[in-house]
Amino acid sequence: MLEFDQVSKSYAGGFVALDRVSFKLEKGEMAFLTGHSGAGKSTLLKLISLIERPSVGRVLINDVDLSRIRRPLIPYVRRDIGIIFQNHRLLMNHTVFDNVALPLVIEGFSGKDMVKRVHAALDKVGLLDKVRCLPQTLSGGEQQRVGIARAVVNKPPLLLADEPTGNLDPDLSKDIMRVFEAFNQVGVSVLVATHDLGLVARMKYRTLTLKQGKMINDGLLQYQEDPL
Amino acid sequence: MSILFSGRVSSGATTRKVGVGRRFFMFWVNHVRQALFSLGELWRTPSASILTIGVLGVSLTLPATLHLLVKNVQQVSDSFTQAAEISLFIREGVSDTQISSLHKILQADQDIARVTHISKQQALAEFAQVSGFGSALNYLTDNPLPDVLLILPKNTSADSARQLMARLSKERIVEFGKLDIDWLTRLDAIVSLLRQAVLIIAVLLLGAVLLIIGNTIRLSIMSKKDEIEVMKLVGATDAFIQRPFLYSGIWYGVFGGLLAFLIVETMLWWLQGAIVSVTSLYESEFHLMALSMAEFLSLMLLAILLGLSGSYLSVRRHISAIEPTGP
Repeated sequence: MLEFDQVSKSYAGGFVALDRVSFKLEKGEMAFLTGHSGAGKSTLLKLISLIERPSVGRVLINDVDLSRIRRPLIPYVRRDIGIIFQNHRLLMNHTVFDNVALPLVIEGFSGKDMVKRVHAALDKVGLLDKVRCLPQTLSGGEQQRVGIARAVVNKPPLLLADEPTGNLDPDLSKDIMRVFEAFNQVGVSVLVATHDLGLVARMKYRTLTLKQGKMINDGLLQYQEDPL
Repeated sequence: MSILFSGRVSSGATTRKVGVGRRFFMFWVNHVRQALFSLGELWRTPSASILTIGVLGVSLTLPATLHLLVKNVQQVSDSFTQAAEISLFIREGVSDTQISSLHKILQADQDIARVTHISKQQALAEFAQVSGFGSALNYLTDNPLPDVLLILPKNTSADSARQLMARLSKERIVEFGKLDIDWLTRLDAIVSLLRQAVLIIAVLLLGAVLLIIGNTIRLSIMSKKDEIEVMKLVGATDAFIQRPFLYSGIWYGVFGGLLAFLIVETMLWWLQGAIVSVTSLYESEFHLMALSMAEFLSLMLLAILLGLSGSYLSVRRHISAIEPTGP
């Protein structure tokens, strides 16, 4: 479903963030994207969410070349992709409900239909009792889960997460990963960028490893033998 | 509609079949909701909103007041239609029948509203009364004053009055015609100068209002930069993001217009007493004219248009410039 075909991305000044990266993510597949910071993980996710465009090569989703998507159509592409941010990027002066409902409001949902979907999404991440809270009153893990609820509320077929467990303790990280697993089990393709190698190794999913913009590993990560 | 995933139904409006009437109704409901939301936003940032509304109101007050001034001066100049009265002095030795036949002819003239005949005797009596010479005039052997026909033209503008006078002066029994028109021309010139000055000042002020609203909206866009980035990341179109800002502009217009109206009304109320005491000295029946309903509505419309276009200019430039920098 998601395909990178010899993709390179270089920035002004000659810095090469991605160097001829190719991989395929099938429908309903879950994979991790690892590497040191600066290895190109964020750039790769930015290319999928059309925040950046590749310098060379093609990024395809369902055989649609994203470089053909012109600017006015970008929002419609982003509606098909749930994005979870490291710093969760919630609207701090709006309630949890408003935050999660945002993608639905943008797509023109209203009334009972919207409320039902928001509650379902919050239920999946276990925060149904915090609907009326402001994000500030929640813990870091809870805020991150609100971010996940927002990303999945309109049931996107593809879920991207950038360091979703970056600031969380191991137990919370495990909880978050379980939430991703649950979505993956209902057919959502999930790509999680993280540098938490211990967690990745324990989860036994396909792992893409980037090093200085190059894809150096595609498959199960053998953490004990090869600690990068 | 999904570009990438065929068959993925995501839009709330397409999940159910809804009738055209209901969709039309919901369209307006949504707009009203967003308008009220923007109103709430203004309410939540009172200091900035009040400043902008104040500037807008004061800036609109000046052109509105000047407009009223021109309107009232015009009313004054219109009330002096007698100024365009033409006096036709009749030749010496013309018989009364000739005069009265000319009187009748002129009454039938379609350019003339009214003809008044002042006979020699009337003129002398009036002169004796007004001048204060009184009995001294008794020593005159004959009446030196001519008969006069006072003509009130239908069209009181200076040009047509002058043309009419030229035509009437050619009458055989008319010695000459007189039209005191110079000061009327001057007044006309002053009024039109005033009107153009008002226009220029109004255009300048309205330009300033446009910039002020644009800047206010720009600041509010900048203060919501993070929010806008998040909205763009979850798939909001520029049109969706800019709508609340456009509504803010409209609200600024509504409140600014109302404020200007209130200031003008207060000012009229305040000046009414002073103006009455001045005009009563001139024994004129002068009524200060306030803004009519049509003028009030056009003031509001102008204010709203300014608010909307000010925010549109700002929104066009700044919202598309904000791009999310990364997940």
